[in-house]
Amino acid sequence: MAGRAEPLGPAVWAGTAVAAVLLALTLGSLGAVAWNAGATAGLGAADWAAIRFTVVQALVSALLSVMLALPVARALARRRFPGRGLLITLLGAPFLLPTLVAVLGLVAVFGRNGVVNGWLAAAGLHPVQIYGPQGVILAHVFFNMPLATRLILQGWLAIPAERFRLAASLGFGPRDLFRQIELPMLREVVPGAFLVILLICLTSFAVALTLGGGPRATTVELAIYQAFRFDFDLGRAARLALVQFVLCAVAAAVTLQVPVPGAFGGGLDRAVRRWDARRLGLLDAGVLALATAFLLVPLLMVVLAGLPRVWALPAPVWQAAWHSVQVALGSAVLTLGFALALGLAVLRMRGPLAQGLETTGMLSLAASPLVIGTGLFLIVYPVMDPARAALPVTALVNAAMALPFALRAILPALRQVDRDYGRLASSLGMAGWTRLRLVILPRLRRPLGFSGGLAAALSMGDLGVIVLFAETGNQTLPMQLQRLMGAYRMGEAMGAAVLLLGLSLLAFWAFDRWGRRAAA
Amino acid sequence: MRCPMLVAGLMLTGAPALAQAPALTVYTYDSFVSEWGPGPQVKTAFEEICDCTLNLVGAGDGAALLARVQLEGARSQADVVLGLDTNLTAAAAETGLFAPHGVSAEFDLPVEWDDPLFVPFDWGYFAFVHDRDLAEVPGSFEDLIASDLQIVIQDPRSSTPGLGLLMWVKAAYGDRAAEIWQGLAPRILTVTPGWSEAYGLFLNGEADMVLSYTTSPAYHTIAEDDDSKTAAIFAEGHYLQVEVAGKLAAAPQPELADQFLEFMTTDAFQSILPETNWMYPAVMPANGIDPRFDDLPRPETALLLPAEEAAELRAAALAEWLGALSR
Repeated sequence: MAGRAEPLGPAVWAGTAVAAVLLALTLGSLGAVAWNAGATAGLGAADWAAIRFTVVQALVSALLSVMLALPVARALARRRFPGRGLLITLLGAPFLLPTLVAVLGLVAVFGRNGVVNGWLAAAGLHPVQIYGPQGVILAHVFFNMPLATRLILQGWLAIPAERFRLAASLGFGPRDLFRQIELPMLREVVPGAFLVILLICLTSFAVALTLGGGPRATTVELAIYQAFRFDFDLGRAARLALVQFVLCAVAAAVTLQVPVPGAFGGGLDRAVRRWDARRLGLLDAGVLALATAFLLVPLLMVVLAGLPRVWALPAPVWQAAWHSVQVALGSAVLTLGFALALGLAVLRMRGPLAQGLETTGMLSLAASPLVIGTGLFLIVYPVMDPARAALPVTALVNAAMALPFALRAILPALRQVDRDYGRLASSLGMAGWTRLRLVILPRLRRPLGFSGGLAAALSMGDLGVIVLFAETGNQTLPMQLQRLMGAYRMGEAMGAAVLLLGLSLLAFWAFDRWGRRAAA
Repeated sequence: MRCPMLVAGLMLTGAPALAQAPALTVYTYDSFVSEWGPGPQVKTAFEEICDCTLNLVGAGDGAALLARVQLEGARSQADVVLGLDTNLTAAAAETGLFAPHGVSAEFDLPVEWDDPLFVPFDWGYFAFVHDRDLAEVPGSFEDLIASDLQIVIQDPRSSTPGLGLLMWVKAAYGDRAAEIWQGLAPRILTVTPGWSEAYGLFLNGEADMVLSYTTSPAYHTIAEDDDSKTAAIFAEGHYLQVEVAGKLAAAPQPELADQFLEFMTTDAFQSILPETNWMYPAVMPANGIDPRFDDLPRPETALLLPAEEAAELRAAALAEWLGALSR
């Protein structure tokens, strides 16, 4: 078993270089902040309360997101119906929304004056209260359930068609199918999805706060913000960021301990037919209808409020939209390059080194965007005018932020290709670029398209780093949205929100379609 | 140090052609420079008289502005920082980065102004804004506590109005502040990180009242021709927000900086503010301002803690706030 060929030597170098960039972005920026810090106070009781709340809400949010995503992903995996592709794209939309917009959408449905409470009042029932820890969790599930659904759906679609054919010929019922085929897949996919969402919720900031109901719902990221902005205590900010890193590291260590079971073996890339799908049709339809309502009605509220204003948006908003598109495309290309280089390197290396590389790819999830922004500012400032670096820096940081998702999507597929076709390719003497082009890339198109789309859309709505760097003339669309709101222009802001939503979805759809068309 | 090289490698835009005229750099908050703020008009008006280029640089919100100046320290290319408020001036003075201004003007502020480092440019009263048809409008914090209204406020740890409210309660009630916050807790629907989220929730009908300014309804009246919003006047008096600008000690263009601060108190600058920043001008322009500002409710009493006192009280006031609202 030892004699694997060396088909991808440069991949290790490229992967290591990417890892170095990521380390500089995350730990390097944290170091720069700590380096510039003066004397500082320790963590107080309020900080510990924030840490407690952060951990509890993140655990609950991640658990709920994954549990709710399971039936949705299964229904999508085993049903074929017209508009299924469109539905999959649309169901991903909440994850791509700028938080502020999504919160307004959620409030329009679940708020005090929202649709749900309107119905409850009409039925003479007690109203539901969205503001409080439950609101934070609701928002996090709203944002992250789509991501969990997509990640788990990838796992389902990666099961070769032949397995289902074999299962059908053996007369497997849904329960056998679940035990023999689906459960092993889920054991591979679910821990990763859970971890990603846990990390997102651990580092969340704005989402939580508007719906939190008060300072009980305080996250570590808010404490970091406070340390930066109000106290200008870089030491405290660095220390809190370190706490956040440790939390995320513990979460990652625990999750990655879950053993990954064996694979399914190779397939012939046939279209999947599901013989078990005839039964349980009603159940799947119900699940999909509920998920669609939960995820899309808040979006619909935003669209209804903003769509009439889109065409009348002033020129600076369109100009900002163009900046955002550029940043998004740059970030998508960077993300794919990073993810491929890192993934191939992980594949080539063994043991702790490979694990270390994989962990580095996830590192940005644990990093505080505020710390990255401030750290980069401290690094860039002595060298050049930060405003001139605003858009490239934003694209780079966004790529680092999207990388964990891309890696989660690409790495399992990459491993499978290697497992299933690696020996064959090696025995045919295929190596390097030829192997990448003929064997690997064609089988990666689906996760590549998905990752590129995700990176582009996330970057489009990002408001993290740009704020510190951007000056007049290079604002992005989320910044203009913020400015419109700051200038009382809520109506135009909703119009800009719809434009942002449309561009994000379009970017995601275009990449994703490229990926899915190939994979059929 | 891989980063700076990488960043430099990614550089897409070239340096703008060097202008011959000297350039004055003013750091301010984002909404000041935005197309809908005073920035564009201020730039035009100042460049007409200064024979220079005015670079207005947006650097986040008011609190972020001070952090930015501190991040850059004495190396900063900025000449003037515009947009700090009185809750931040003590901290700003302590950095030692600011120089005395030497500007004297007839300020139309409800309080005496004698700060040697900072020149005020506009001001407003914090207030709870509500729909005009609200059935029972509270006339004080105690009325509000006794009502069944739902309000939205901002977090004093991340937003300047939020901090303003913290100081408002402290200035009005002193040692009773904790008790007032405990009373207010059930009235608070939610606490948002910034002003925009809170105001957005209010406009969506989620809350009966939102913490903003007495001048906020002027936006709706003047810009949207919508007379449905007004502000509740509280008997305890209203806390002031005074927005100020200061010259940096290490300003590369000290003379232009002085000229700008002087210009700030003239009609050309002051008449731009009311209908872009939606605040009262610090010096009333000779031609006055839109008469609809006169229709706004005006508090009897203005409250403002001295900058040093506000800075000293902040930690304790924040602890009271957290204690009361975390129950």
